Amino acid sequence: MIGKVEVKPLPKVDLPPLRQVGRPLRRVDALGKAVGSTVYAADFSMPNMLHAKVLRSPVPSGRIVGLNVDRARSIPGVACVLTARDLPGAKLSTDMPGQTGRKERAGSAAPVLARDVVRFQGEPIALVAAETEEIAEEAIGAIELEMEETPGVFDPEEALKPGAPKVYGDDNVVARWKIRKGDVEKGMAEADLIVENTFRMPFVEHAYLEPEAGVAWVDDQGVINIRVCTQVVEHFRSVAKALGIPQNKVRIRGTMVGGGFGGKEDVTVEIFLALLARETGRPVKLVYTREESFVAQSKRHPFVITHRTGVKRDGRITAAKIDMIADSGAYPYLTPYVLLYATAMATGPYRIENVSVDSVAAATNQPFTSAFRGFGGPQAALAYEQQMDEIAKAVGLDPLTVRRANYLRRGDETATGQRIASEVWLEETVTRAIAGLGEPTPSSKTRKVGRGFASYFQSYGRITWFHDTSRAWVGLELDGTATIRCGVPDIGAGQANSLCQIASELLGVPLERVTVYATDSAVTPLAGTSTATRQLYMSGNAVHKAASAVRKNLLDRAAVHFGVGPDAVDLADGRAFVKGDESRSIGLDELASACAADGIPLSNLALFTAPFTDGIDPETGQGDIWPDFTFGAQAVEVAVDIETGQVEVLKSVACHDVGRAINPAAVRGQIIGGSHQGLGYALMEEYIVKDGITQTPSLAEYLVPTSCDFPATEAIILESGSGVGPFGAKGIGEPALTPAAPAVANAVADAIGIRIHEVPITPERVLAAMKRGARWRG
Amino acid sequence: MDERTIRLKINGREREVSLPPNVTLLRVLRDLGYVDVKNGCEKGDCGACAVLLDGKLVNSCLVLAWQADGREILTASGLGSIEHPHPIQEAFADTGAVQCGYCTPGMIMATKALLDVNPDPSEEEIREAISGNLCRCTGYAQIVEAVKEAARRLAGGGDSG
Repeated sequence: MIGKVEVKPLPKVDLPPLRQVGRPLRRVDALGKAVGSTVYAADFSMPNMLHAKVLRSPVPSGRIVGLNVDRARSIPGVACVLTARDLPGAKLSTDMPGQTGRKERAGSAAPVLARDVVRFQGEPIALVAAETEEIAEEAIGAIELEMEETPGVFDPEEALKPGAPKVYGDDNVVARWKIRKGDVEKGMAEADLIVENTFRMPFVEHAYLEPEAGVAWVDDQGVINIRVCTQVVEHFRSVAKALGIPQNKVRIRGTMVGGGFGGKEDVTVEIFLALLARETGRPVKLVYTREESFVAQSKRHPFVITHRTGVKRDGRITAAKIDMIADSGAYPYLTPYVLLYATAMATGPYRIENVSVDSVAAATNQPFTSAFRGFGGPQAALAYEQQMDEIAKAVGLDPLTVRRANYLRRGDETATGQRIASEVWLEETVTRAIAGLGEPTPSSKTRKVGRGFASYFQSYGRITWFHDTSRAWVGLELDGTATIRCGVPDIGAGQANSLCQIASELLGVPLERVTVYATDSAVTPLAGTSTATRQLYMSGNAVHKAASAVRKNLLDRAAVHFGVGPDAVDLADGRAFVKGDESRSIGLDELASACAADGIPLSNLALFTAPFTDGIDPETGQGDIWPDFTFGAQAVEVAVDIETGQVEVLKSVACHDVGRAINPAAVRGQIIGGSHQGLGYALMEEYIVKDGITQTPSLAEYLVPTSCDFPATEAIILESGSGVGPFGAKGIGEPALTPAAPAVANAVADAIGIRIHEVPITPERVLAAMKRGARWRG
Repeated sequence: MDERTIRLKINGREREVSLPPNVTLLRVLRDLGYVDVKNGCEKGDCGACAVLLDGKLVNSCLVLAWQADGREILTASGLGSIEHPHPIQEAFADTGAVQCGYCTPGMIMATKALLDVNPDPSEEEIREAISGNLCRCTGYAQIVEAVKEAARRLAGGGDSG
């Protein structure tokens, strides 16, 4: 059990005082959602609208030997049936969604519809559009599909063996990365002992409450409009490419997204809808059922990670050799980058001079894997944080002492040689998380209590060699209200609200008088993807830049009005005023009119660019990869029932340095919600696939945490002000999830004295581990 | 299949529809424009489609429309509006209980059903009452706080907070 920790006062931070930013204001989107007036993608209907369905492969590996759609086409009410033969060469580009000038990786495309070969259960084969959903369903049933099953491969290690069935390329290798730093052999030779462990993680389902949905139509300019729930409105380019039409003939009108977590980062219904709308000339709607959502879209990557660590008696790590194997499923999608994240974060937030990491992702006939909150980071953390506890056990020190001997510090380099420029509050966060657990709960005879914690680091912002950008337009209206136009998709984390609070701060316009137009690829300036914990950083900075330009014009004009210098004027509460003498003030409506009369711009379109780099050395993995990192920790207390194997989370405390909390209530929501997903990852969630066939096809079999499964995680928010986001903010969306699962795994090991190397830690696995443990002890 | 005309009183308004027997209440509500009733799984696992049927909480995907003939249905959009939100809706908005919002209408109806019979519930009673409503974003903590806050406001505690 972790002992008491001393919590030292935080380093002094000089955070400039702010009026709107930093307050837990009611999010601008909250009330509309609460009264049910927010319209989601599946809620739109149009006159003369058709309903679509997709025929999907029932088998994970096979050849299409017969596909006859004549009978389906002849059903009254069927408007259109499309197969791969109707769309020669239509490919879905799965690589690097969003705004980037980079070339895509060779082989990253997937067929829009399978033509001859099927590589996973659920792979789309045909599309139907009909007058009603029932007729569309009937038509799907009337398609005569004859398949010949072929031998598949259902394990990434098997897929890499010579002679394995080929799913991708010549060798099923979707991606490889390596890191070579220092001299691992020398480091291992210097070690007092070597600790080796292998950890396993399963497929995980995003299980957002809103299944994928959209409506498409062709407008009077011949533009294909697609209303869809997506994390990436820039997919209009992928749609145009798949259809072979110009990019300015596709418009994505994003909706409020009912949860994304990475699962709506890839294209979902867009291309199917565009094809059917173009073919029929009528509006078409496609809404996935829950079961279809499960088989149609990506999963979190299963990983097998082996750590071999050389360590001194005092806990200092002298060398780390790490091997990773990930399951890519049938197509690459974002696997190469997820694997990169896991690789580059494999050593955790620790200074290690001698590092060797080899990672590989293999294609199999399993569900395809892609982005999921954390993007490889949580898998890496499950391995490195359990390994730290095992190292502590091996050298006979407590887990915090071992970590303290190795924690990164500001200015240190990561395993890829990237210098960390922002604050590294590992000590600050870990001590607060542990102390937050309070007095230990006593164990009983059958209920063993244990405690564990995990520190982590996680990037925010995209890979810097993608050359990421975001744009935002901010304007003041003549009545003193403010408008933001920014293509940011709001996936529920408060992406749009943060922009409003930033503009509110800079323009002095109360939050309820700011309106935001978002997520439309044609009329809102492109802001890039709502992924990679990048929107606050990227679009927040773009809004900051645009609002600052408007602010300057307002201050200059107000200064003329008051006959003072611009530095003597400030904006707040809908007014401009002379600092120190707020009786001298002018309403923003009046000031806006004065600017308009003088021809002074009241709006600005700003472009924010992340740092641009050239990429890492492919042989050594050395180079900068991300704009910055978030640091934090989580501590949990669990009780393990040694008769049933059931693990109960008793307490959970997470502490993160978020740089600056733009809206503390929203930050708290990210931390508690992310933690909940992480606790589910640790104890409950596994998308089970047997020989390529899902065994957990709906929410009845795939269990996500309910309100009764875990206690609330206490969120401790620290603000170092050192991030590269607006007002010194760092990112928290993905990092919030990362430390929860390893903290639980360490707590269970603490409770029962046996390490379970695989998540989820189910009662069966606990009982099996205890049985093994009893056997070893004789 | 034979259709039958049924009468539904939805959010205080009488509606008449002709339907075959296999149409769920969820489907008919959404077809009639009550799209605040969300479809998350259509088999009773998620609670996104929860409404009050004669004051009792039901998953509308598990009720056939014919079974609702002559009965009263209340959905989140019938409870309040942007201009006149119900105190439960205000409490959800104010406590950070709303993230993606997809579970929110169902969650709010579960809250209404609870507070109608138990105006001062304990945390455990709240967690039990919303356990049929999945939320993937919040981790439920702020939802539990919202229910407590709503109870306080309905008891006349004002809306400070």
